[in-house]
Amino acid sequence: MIPSRFAYHAPRTVEDAIALLQSHGDEAKLLAGGHSLLPLMKLRLARVAHLIDIGRIEGLASIRQSESSIHIGAMTTHSELAESELLAQRQPLLPRAAIQIGDVQVRNSGTLGGSLAHADPAADLVPVLLALEAELRICGPAGERSLAAGDFFTSMFTTALAPDEILLEVRVPLAPANSRCSYEKVPHRASHLAVVGVAVQIEFTADGRCDQARLALTGLAPVPYRALAAEASLRGKTLSGESIEAAAQQVTDGVEPLSDLYAPADYRLHLARVTTARALASLAPL
Amino acid sequence: MTGTKRGSTGQIGARRKRVEDPRLLTGQGTFVDDIQLPGMLHLDFVRSTHAQARIAAIDTSEAAKCPGVVAVYTAEEIHGFVPLLPGPAELPGLRAPEHHVLANGHVRYVGEAVAAVVAEERYTARDAREAIRVDYEPLPAVTDMERALEADAPLVHEEFGSNLAFELPLGNETAAALEEADVVIQQRMLNQRVIPNTMETRGIVADYRRSDGQITVWLSTQAPHLIRSLLAELLDLPEHRLRVIAPDVGGGFGAKANLYGEEMLAVALAKQLGRPVKWIEERQEHMLATSHGRAQLAHVTLGAARDGTIRALELRILADMGAYPHIMTPLAPLQTAAVMTGCYRIPCARAEIQGVFTNTTAPDPYRGFGRAEAAYYLERAIDLLARRLDLDPIEVRRRNFIQPEEFPYSSPTGYVLESGDYEVCLRRALEKVDIGALRQQQGRLRSEGRYIGIGFASYVYRAGFPSLPKLPRTGFLKGGWESAWLRVDPMGKVTVLTGTSPHGQGLETSLAQIAADELDIDLEDVVVRHGDTASIPHGNGTMGSRSLAVGGSAVLLAAREVRHKALRLAAHHLGVEVDAVRLEAGRAFLPGHPERAISFADLADLSYSFLDLPDGMTPRLEASATFEPHNWNAPFGTHVCVVEVDVQTGEPKLLRYVAVDDCGRAVNPLIVEGQIHGGVAQGLGQALMETVVYDSEGQPLTVSFLEYATPTASDMPTLEVELTETPSPLNPLGARGVGESGTTGAPPALVNAVVDALAPFGVEHLDMPLLPERVWRVLHEAGAVR
Ligand SMILES: Cc1cc2nc3c(=O)[nH]c(=O)nc-3n(C[C@H](O)[C@H](O)[C@H](O)COP(=O)(O)OP(=O)(O)OC[C@H]3O[C@@H](n4cnc5c(N)ncnc54)[C@H](O)[C@@H]3O)c2cc1C
Repeated sequence: MIPSRFAYHAPRTVEDAIALLQSHGDEAKLLAGGHSLLPLMKLRLARVAHLIDIGRIEGLASIRQSESSIHIGAMTTHSELAESELLAQRQPLLPRAAIQIGDVQVRNSGTLGGSLAHADPAADLVPVLLALEAELRICGPAGERSLAAGDFFTSMFTTALAPDEILLEVRVPLAPANSRCSYEKVPHRASHLAVVGVAVQIEFTADGRCDQARLALTGLAPVPYRALAAEASLRGKTLSGESIEAAAQQVTDGVEPLSDLYAPADYRLHLARVTTARALASLAPL
Repeated sequence: MTGTKRGSTGQIGARRKRVEDPRLLTGQGTFVDDIQLPGMLHLDFVRSTHAQARIAAIDTSEAAKCPGVVAVYTAEEIHGFVPLLPGPAELPGLRAPEHHVLANGHVRYVGEAVAAVVAEERYTARDAREAIRVDYEPLPAVTDMERALEADAPLVHEEFGSNLAFELPLGNETAAALEEADVVIQQRMLNQRVIPNTMETRGIVADYRRSDGQITVWLSTQAPHLIRSLLAELLDLPEHRLRVIAPDVGGGFGAKANLYGEEMLAVALAKQLGRPVKWIEERQEHMLATSHGRAQLAHVTLGAARDGTIRALELRILADMGAYPHIMTPLAPLQTAAVMTGCYRIPCARAEIQGVFTNTTAPDPYRGFGRAEAAYYLERAIDLLARRLDLDPIEVRRRNFIQPEEFPYSSPTGYVLESGDYEVCLRRALEKVDIGALRQQQGRLRSEGRYIGIGFASYVYRAGFPSLPKLPRTGFLKGGWESAWLRVDPMGKVTVLTGTSPHGQGLETSLAQIAADELDIDLEDVVVRHGDTASIPHGNGTMGSRSLAVGGSAVLLAAREVRHKALRLAAHHLGVEVDAVRLEAGRAFLPGHPERAISFADLADLSYSFLDLPDGMTPRLEASATFEPHNWNAPFGTHVCVVEVDVQTGEPKLLRYVAVDDCGRAVNPLIVEGQIHGGVAQGLGQALMETVVYDSEGQPLTVSFLEYATPTASDMPTLEVELTETPSPLNPLGARGVGESGTTGAPPALVNAVVDALAPFGVEHLDMPLLPERVWRVLHEAGAVR
């Protein structure tokens, strides 16, 4: 548990952090909550000569509302997401997923930005942002840019972030009136990461039919994904045993499932369907 | 033997909070890694990345050049000053491989130490370790015992010609009884390999003082005296100049009752280099190279009459010896055989044991060592029998229990149970769960498509080993006796020294209670010290659930002697006969004459004053005592649990757990319950989640807590624990062991419950751990679920 030698930097501004990233190139890494990066360094699976701690930069950890969305700073911890009053009222899917991350220590240190940038195929917040069509605000040497969540995750542990860019903020829309959401997770017994996690938000019509269903899954594929076919199958339907089952069957369409000791591919696909059905059932009117 | 009198302060039986906890919980404990010495060097190891390979070359030149590196060692460089590790206990016919501290040209498991580096700083040592290049020529490996015994299996030790380490039959004849039995149950059962995973990993600091040859060793161990003798013998060091200290130790579970190569090397290097050497094991090293637990496979055959009366039990046991068995490794299956008939009257029983070499780190004692395995096989087999005969598993247990009047009972495998009352625990457990209502609920839920299962396990094991005839190489186990030394300081405060070496058992509290009770003083006036060979009389350490029953009895004997001396002194001081004086609540007095009294503190002070002593009395209130049990004591109990299986996901969820355990006299029921809690959690780990998995090349796939699951608080329901007290006749406390009760009762109770839940699907047996995927797959393959 001894990492290889590294220099520690603690810049106070985003510009300084970017300058450090530029001058140290691929020898540098940003440090947020450290709960993904530090274990890798301690096991020497990652070698980082320059560790740039962005925890001292002010203004990166806040949750605030604008007209139609909520802005969440990259350094917001999982605990802050889980406990936010604002989110509980205006976008409860995030806290519902955040509270299921790891354990208290992990949630107190781990950050939204770190989780997204790390892009673990089993991360809990990723499917939430996909389902909500979040916008990511990114800053690099040339200034800021915005990216849709759907374009951010490119492959396992890889994102569209350039090596000298920092994720600043995530923007999620307010939950529509008459919508309900759920995050169902089957945690791995050892790592507590998601074997399968299903994020759902459904906007209902006045007569209780699904107007817009949003469904995204983590843990199943190299990159968490949105289950568009399943979403479409729900449109106009009430949530019944039948419509739920039909949607659940479709969430694994075309997926090349991950496979490991704990959950081989066939079991994982099965879990995805069962978990989806349970997530949808939890939204059905009683 | 006589029972204890209960002092007026009522310490024995009191639910006292552990006195060690404030220290441990506020971070004021001292663990090995807290030891910092001036000039201290750091040791690190290069470990094999292959399960079996010839070492073609090791290049240490780059590492040696790293600034701050003091020395680099391979087998060649330590030859001559570091001996081989002790081989396994010499069972008849056992083949013992040479066990080198650093691999000698050939590696036989992933994690085997290949080279060592010593540096000024821990970070440097770790960097240098990486600069060492080892050139391996990989060879086929075998990690599965059944595969290892096949004729064409890769050989772990070529010179032996096979992977069979030894073969041993125990018990009497079973063939005729099985022939005559109305039903015969046969089942292959796996007691899978698990990792002890102590919260504190292993670690050592060794310090050599050149001026007088004094060597001080801080070691995370369960048995400092035994380790001292081993170190002295193996490294040819003067035992009296060798001091082994077990500071606060963060758990052992059996894995720290052994001397490991890293530890012996650290001591040898401290002497060689003339500077203190520290080694702290990393978690991954712990998972790879510290001893594992269980790793047994049994073919169980149980024969019975139609009414459920058991006629015969046969176990064909494969016991994993790993690549290099430790001293106690081969003893596990012998322990299994000894208690294989459990709480039951089984006239014919036989165990055929085969020890098998594999390309793995050797298993060694693990909480329940050998006996937990036995309880698992038997309790599972009884459920299979009940199912086959369509009898109530509770009734089958009852019908076969050894009855209280049948003790002492000699089992066919040679173990004498001295006393017990199995029915009482079973009855209380059934009352507590309200078995009638529970079974109704189970039926009702089944009709709603919910599957709950009820599991029972009645167990007995043996604890607190007596002195046994020594096998060659088990000599380090000096015996079953334990020592205590008790002294009263001039102000009346008491210090107890114990040869046991607690590492989580709360003995600083329980042993203090025993002394305080006997002397009838406050608990706060007693302190218990342990784990330092320089100040503690020789003891045999803490293992095998021996410390309270055996070590506590020694404390009681020492306290009794001090009490008698105090009474004699008080009588002299008060001018009366000894019989007239009472010692109670911190003072000695003449009943009926409250003014004729002396406080315990004044008595203590007086005892230091030679001129005030009666003729012939030596100064000071102090005594040492040794207690030797003439047999193992037998803790027993019944565990009942309720699980619900989510048949869609295969996940078993524990809903209720009732444990009724008998450890004889419970000195501190709070601590006893804590031992049950921890043990049940650990047993749940084995039953439901823990397992070491190797791939076909012998690479372990479970090498961190990302893959290897252990239970956490959130896996546990509130445990419903109750104690019955059937005093053991084997010691003056009337105590039995308790440390291993949880890991013995829980696995069969849990597996029986899950199998019961799945009965509607025709499931009769599942091997541990009952991971959701495993459960789902049998249901899926049976066509029961999608
Ligand atoms: C025991 C344990 C259990 C866990 N369980 C779960 C779980 O159940 N579910 C789950 O989703 N996760 C889980 N995690 C992961 C956890 O959520 C991590 O905290 C998270 O993945 C990374 O966040 P961090 O702030 O710790 O990032 P760090 O570890 O500091 O960084 C991770 C990566 O992101 C980069 N990075 C960080 N911030 C930024 C930024 N603003 N811009 C650009 N790059 C950045 C870093 O350079 C690094 O490459 C677990 C972790 C542990 C240790």
